[in-house]
Amino acid sequence: MHQPGTPTQEQPTFLPRSAPDYLPEPQLRELQLTRLQAIVTRAYERVPLFRERCEQRGVQPSDLRQLADIQHLPFTVKNDLRDTYPFGLFASPREEIVRLHASSGTTGKPIVVAYTQDDLDVWSEVMSRTFAACGVHAGDMVQNAFGYGLFTGGLGAHYGAEELGATVIPISGGNTERQMMVMRDFGVTALCATPSYFLHLLERAREADIDWPNLPLRVGIFGAEPWTEAMRQRIEQESGIRAYDIYGLSEIIGPGVGSECCAQDGLHIFEDHFYPEIIDPESGAPLPDGEEGELVLTTLSKQAMPMIRYRTRDLTTIIPERCRCGRTLRRIQRIGRRSDDMFIIRGVNVFPAQVETALLQVEGTLPHYQITLSRKGSLDQMEVAVEVTEAVLSDTVGGMEALQKQVADALEHIIGLRVGVRLVEPQSLPRSEGKAKRVFDNREG
Amino acid sequence: MKFKQLSLFLENQPAHLKQPCRILAEAGIDIRTLSLADADQFGILRLIVADWERAKHVLEEAGCAVRVDEVVGLEVADECGGMAHVLEVLEQGGHNVLYTYAFTFGEAGRAVLFMRFEDPDAAIAALQAGQIHVLDPVRWLKRTE
Repeated sequence: MHQPGTPTQEQPTFLPRSAPDYLPEPQLRELQLTRLQAIVTRAYERVPLFRERCEQRGVQPSDLRQLADIQHLPFTVKNDLRDTYPFGLFASPREEIVRLHASSGTTGKPIVVAYTQDDLDVWSEVMSRTFAACGVHAGDMVQNAFGYGLFTGGLGAHYGAEELGATVIPISGGNTERQMMVMRDFGVTALCATPSYFLHLLERAREADIDWPNLPLRVGIFGAEPWTEAMRQRIEQESGIRAYDIYGLSEIIGPGVGSECCAQDGLHIFEDHFYPEIIDPESGAPLPDGEEGELVLTTLSKQAMPMIRYRTRDLTTIIPERCRCGRTLRRIQRIGRRSDDMFIIRGVNVFPAQVETALLQVEGTLPHYQITLSRKGSLDQMEVAVEVTEAVLSDTVGGMEALQKQVADALEHIIGLRVGVRLVEPQSLPRSEGKAKRVFDNREG
Repeated sequence: MKFKQLSLFLENQPAHLKQPCRILAEAGIDIRTLSLADADQFGILRLIVADWERAKHVLEEAGCAVRVDEVVGLEVADECGGMAHVLEVLEQGGHNVLYTYAFTFGEAGRAVLFMRFEDPDAAIAALQAGQIHVLDPVRWLKRTE
């Protein structure tokens, strides 16, 4: 059992499944090239859209002589999956496909992704390596609060944890009362959830007088939405657990594309299965490691639906230095910004994560917020609604106005604009059980 | 000699004041007195109740953020100059009143003031030295039950 406030220092876990994490670099590059040549050939032969685009550019699979040649291949974008809905990018005959998942399309049609049995095996492998990297072991009690169903989060984490030899509680998202009961009564040691849902659980547990520091919960595996380093510090301080960031997207495989390790300093990409590149989001030109740009991923082993140079819209950097955990897999910086989430107000680019960072700088405020954009006359307005907690509550109007000003100052410092701050009652902003919706854009036209 | 005052944050919207009152009513907790400080977008409801710990608990259970402060209760003659006399005593001692609220409670000729100070103990000493009746919370809450 851990001591409250002093997170357990996890030792890196070595298990046979994690061996590829430590491949010597020349061997890893060689493996990547062999797999890249094979997967591009497969896509070229079986996916008409990909072949067409290669032909337009005058490239063939045989042109791939070294890894850097990947930059001659065409990109794949999310709209390609919508345009070929539902099964147009599949590279396996229907009878070899054993699983389908789909994203809840917020705009238009969902996107559908497919897996052969081999693909599912790879998925379990990369997710078990994810758990191992986050210090989860065989014998751990894993409460999996990622949603089960068409969303890839629940089942991806489920099979990975089973593969590792942990005990899985497939509780899925929602029903906070039951989550708390199970966490306490089953002796849960590791939890998978979105970071915002975990904060919600923490608040509710406090109200329900659950003796949080004495629970055996040790590790949180958080993903499915961007979160900041400041939020990690808050989570770790308040809960006494170690909080790890994982990365994935349905188009590539689901969770299991990348994961933090005991160093908590960037996310290792499971490069033996997913080849990362960083490009300039405007020009599409490749950028060297160490420079920030859009992450592009190529699946190196996925049979049912190979994704070649898929543009993730996630902005990050590949960290050139080797990680101190010993893994040879390259790392990306944690993703706080998606080019999709960005909005422009009075000519300034703003990311929701910047608002979160500002709130966490103000003592006692929680990162529960909502951004509303509106237009008054010709001027864009931005208002941030922030919940008042006991820690920041004053008994005078002046005290509350000082808080409002403090938040507005912190926001101005980070985003460079004076924006409205509205204080709202505790628990009044909706808590998402999946991805939190933070931005409401009511501007017309 | 100090009362516990509960403060709640409320958004300035219809029905938002009713909610905590309803929660206390359902728990059988009587509000002895209250004051509401209002700003444009929000208000702060300050409450005096007999069982403040239970009131805080039920309000928090219902999701309210509750703050507890110590305030000083005084009894003064409900007559012309009663309040001015209290303020003179405080002014002489250099005690600044952060806020105050006053009410009568059915005893003819008597009024009660609640006052919030930076340093309530020093203010109590000054008031008592000035012959002003500082209320004992336990006795007063019992007497006015």
